[in-house]
Amino acid sequence: MVNWKEDRSKFPEKNPDGTNKIDLNSHKFVKIWQGPQHPGVTGNMALELTVQGDEIMESKTHVGYLHRGFEKLMERRRYIQCFPICIRVCVPEPDSNEYCLAAAAEELGGIEVPEKAKWLRTLALEMARLANYLQWTGGQCGSLGMGTVGQWTMYLRDYVLDRFEELTGGRVYHMYIIPGGVRSNVPDGFEKRMNEVLDEIETVMNKDIYNMMFNNAVFKTRTVGVGYIDPKIMEDYGVTGPNARAGGLIKDVRKDYPYLIYDKLDFEVAHGKDSDIYTRAMVRRNDLLTSVSLIRQILAKMPKDREIMAKMPNVLHWKIPKGQTYARIEASRGEFGYFMTSDGSAYPRRIVVRGPSYTHAMSLFEKMLINANIADVAATMVSLHTCPPEIER
Amino acid sequence: MKIKDVLQPFTAWKNLVKEPITIGEPHKREGAPRYRGFHQNSMDKCIGCGTCEDICQNAAIDMVPVEGQETTHSDSGLRPKIDYGRCCWCALCVDICTTGSLTMSNEFKWVEVDPDAFRFIPGADKKPWDDIEAGYDRADHYELHNFEREDMVELAPEVRDHSFVEIVQGYSKTQAQKEADRCVECGICVATCPAHMGIPDYIRAIREDDIELGLKILYETNPLPEVCGRICTHNCEAVCSMKYRGDAISIRWLKRYIADQVALSDYKGILNQNTIENNGKKVAVIGSGPAGLSAAYYLALLGYGVKIFEAFPESGGMMRYGIPEYRLPYDQIDKDVDYILSLGVEIEYNTRVGKDITLETLQKEYDAIFAGTGLHIGRKLPEKFLPGSDHEHVFAAADLLREVTMGQEIHVPKKVAVIGGGNVAMDISRTIARLQKVKYGKVQLTTTALETEEIMPADREEIVESREEGIVIMPGWGPVKVETKEGKITGLHLRECISVFDETGRFGPKFNEDNTTFVEADMIVESIGQGMDISYTESLGDKLEMGERGKVKTDGYYQSSLPWLFIGGDIVQGPDVIHGIANGHLAAKGIDKFIRGEKS
Repeated sequence: MVNWKEDRSKFPEKNPDGTNKIDLNSHKFVKIWQGPQHPGVTGNMALELTVQGDEIMESKTHVGYLHRGFEKLMERRRYIQCFPICIRVCVPEPDSNEYCLAAAAEELGGIEVPEKAKWLRTLALEMARLANYLQWTGGQCGSLGMGTVGQWTMYLRDYVLDRFEELTGGRVYHMYIIPGGVRSNVPDGFEKRMNEVLDEIETVMNKDIYNMMFNNAVFKTRTVGVGYIDPKIMEDYGVTGPNARAGGLIKDVRKDYPYLIYDKLDFEVAHGKDSDIYTRAMVRRNDLLTSVSLIRQILAKMPKDREIMAKMPNVLHWKIPKGQTYARIEASRGEFGYFMTSDGSAYPRRIVVRGPSYTHAMSLFEKMLINANIADVAATMVSLHTCPPEIER
Repeated sequence: MKIKDVLQPFTAWKNLVKEPITIGEPHKREGAPRYRGFHQNSMDKCIGCGTCEDICQNAAIDMVPVEGQETTHSDSGLRPKIDYGRCCWCALCVDICTTGSLTMSNEFKWVEVDPDAFRFIPGADKKPWDDIEAGYDRADHYELHNFEREDMVELAPEVRDHSFVEIVQGYSKTQAQKEADRCVECGICVATCPAHMGIPDYIRAIREDDIELGLKILYETNPLPEVCGRICTHNCEAVCSMKYRGDAISIRWLKRYIADQVALSDYKGILNQNTIENNGKKVAVIGSGPAGLSAAYYLALLGYGVKIFEAFPESGGMMRYGIPEYRLPYDQIDKDVDYILSLGVEIEYNTRVGKDITLETLQKEYDAIFAGTGLHIGRKLPEKFLPGSDHEHVFAAADLLREVTMGQEIHVPKKVAVIGGGNVAMDISRTIARLQKVKYGKVQLTTTALETEEIMPADREEIVESREEGIVIMPGWGPVKVETKEGKITGLHLRECISVFDETGRFGPKFNEDNTTFVEADMIVESIGQGMDISYTESLGDKLEMGERGKVKTDGYYQSSLPWLFIGGDIVQGPDVIHGIANGHLAAKGIDKFIRGEKS
């Protein structure tokens, strides 16, 4: 009988420290760039892959293609002027930036936000999570050549953006959560229209998309057991969010360190244990449905009072007392936070954006790709839900 | 792997028979009612304060002159020009707009070949979305500004109505800083202030708790901050950009706060005026009112030997002899004056130029003269216009106020009527009301004004406080006749005034003779304006050119037709402290130019 599996016992050759032995002069290795212009790369980043055959020997993540210096720009802006900039850190989920910036500034500045604003902020954050997961779902399927799902999720996302448009005045960059509160109340009839969108999302997610993704032989073949993250290294590599939860490391800032009004909402943290692409997809799908449930709860329980903005000092020359703080939330990609230092002036001395993609797309991803198949790079990368602007703030 | 996993994805084929949900013509889709679309600006509401330009973090807004928009005291004449190559439609400009003129439509489609077209002036450059009502505007309960003025601690009516203790107690540090925080630093006030004080700068100094810097900024343009911090006519507040949607910044009281914080003994050190080199030239100043003191101060800084000739026993002019002590305590006038005198300025009291010393003598002894002798003559209606007005108990307000300041006992009967609707009328009413309260235990005083309450020239707070003190104010009534019986005044006949100004805007009251009333009074006080006494110039004859309405003709530096004689203050500009200070400052510059030979 022919043994169709090749003998890999002596391959790849190892260095004494356990890393793959690479000798480019041997002509057995090829360097390939995946990105920065490549449909299988999330955003503008590039992977420098050293392959032998179709097996990856070494991977390096290269960033720097969209560096606009958000953190530095914010040092030259008054606090109120930072909020239209910070959102650029993440296009699909700008609201987490708005909230972290506002929360950090409010904590240092001693601003107490009205209760209603907290509910509306949570609403915006969950809507953003929902929209982002929908986009991601399409992306994950697209990375495996299943473009149909992407078309469904994008139209569903557009429905969420429609609701964002009427709530905030913007579809993509909402600029809704501002230091001191939020910029508007929910418009008349919003609850009804939002619930219709949620019903549609739930139906499509539970039927069509479930069948196309999770009950799909192609999807399963390409994702089950692929892109494994060893739960033992998760703490060392700073893995958070669905990537960690899919490996049984149940971390969720919403539960562990409740902010806004999450302690008043009823929800379970989605998690899995297999730590592969399939499990991560399932965790995200469950998280998406949790968001649907949370939005319903928020709309039902939201207090009726109208105060949405704290009485602020004049924002044109608002000086925040000396100090530093770290405001964090559970974004769709993991723990997202802003570290803010104030020197007592009207300008932030330093703002550091802690995006989960920094660890996920750099150190973790480089490690994960070693000995992986080149065909799985795109799917693995999308399964980490990385976002390069978080790396290049 | 199950067979189900192979088959189930094919259920997606059911979508083949569904209607597409794509929008067929996306360019026809309207934005949401609160969509942040293209900008709109109401040219009439906008005052060109530039706060939108200030807050724009993309530097997308420039304030530019616009044809048809005049620069006035309350309008910079500039309008925002927005660069859509930079704008990110965050709408902070809309949120921060002080007047609410800048809004956004929900229009978001604009196709143009010329890229420069995307830099435009909303409102001035006509656009199809100018009249669209939908679009982003500030939501209810969302406000970046604090429109409420910090409350001032004032003596309660029952405490103050029998006392001349100062009513306004001044801001604490916390209050002053909170009030200063509201300022948007637009600078519209600077242009309006006759002295062009650096208002946003000293307000910033308060915010940053740098009182010394604040004092320096005050003295750059105004050497009477304690006085102006109390009784300035605050034209600045009337044009403050915060007034359109709330309360104007209390600029006057913030100025007072700075001056109140610093002891007189520290002034010289802070202002760095310990040593001033004398240039050997001498200037005489006639009158120690705001104009004279201001001229003296700035001349002294330039090294001139300045001597003030004051007709009264104390300094201050109308500030002391025309304004009651409950509004402007005398020790505060003294503080400002003493500082000016400490710079080497001399003052000779009880010396009336024209009587005790002639102008010619001064001309011989000094290189130049500045005269700011003020409006001290209280005007009264002649007998033909107001029968009975020559009665001995019909007084002019200015005369009575002066007598009170001098400590003389004035005639205070049980019932008094005051004619006049300006601040001087309020001053004399409230002064007599206090004396009545002390003497009789109650106030019986009626103040009549030709103007309706809306257009009465008196400050609003004066009207309110007068009423709190028991004074009856009757707006819209004009005097007809002083009624007397057996040689004593019994009251004042009044008729309804239906308009004060004629079509051309000149004073020409019209009355409704059918609607009359009578106010009981034992004494009448007329507060219908003040006149000047410039008899000291008579000896100059025709050499001194006269302008309109008996005023001396002066140039931009308040120089008369006689190059050595500068004239300013109320006698040129009309009654106003801050105008007097501005005149004095300009005249000092003019005198310096004249003496140095740069000006003929």
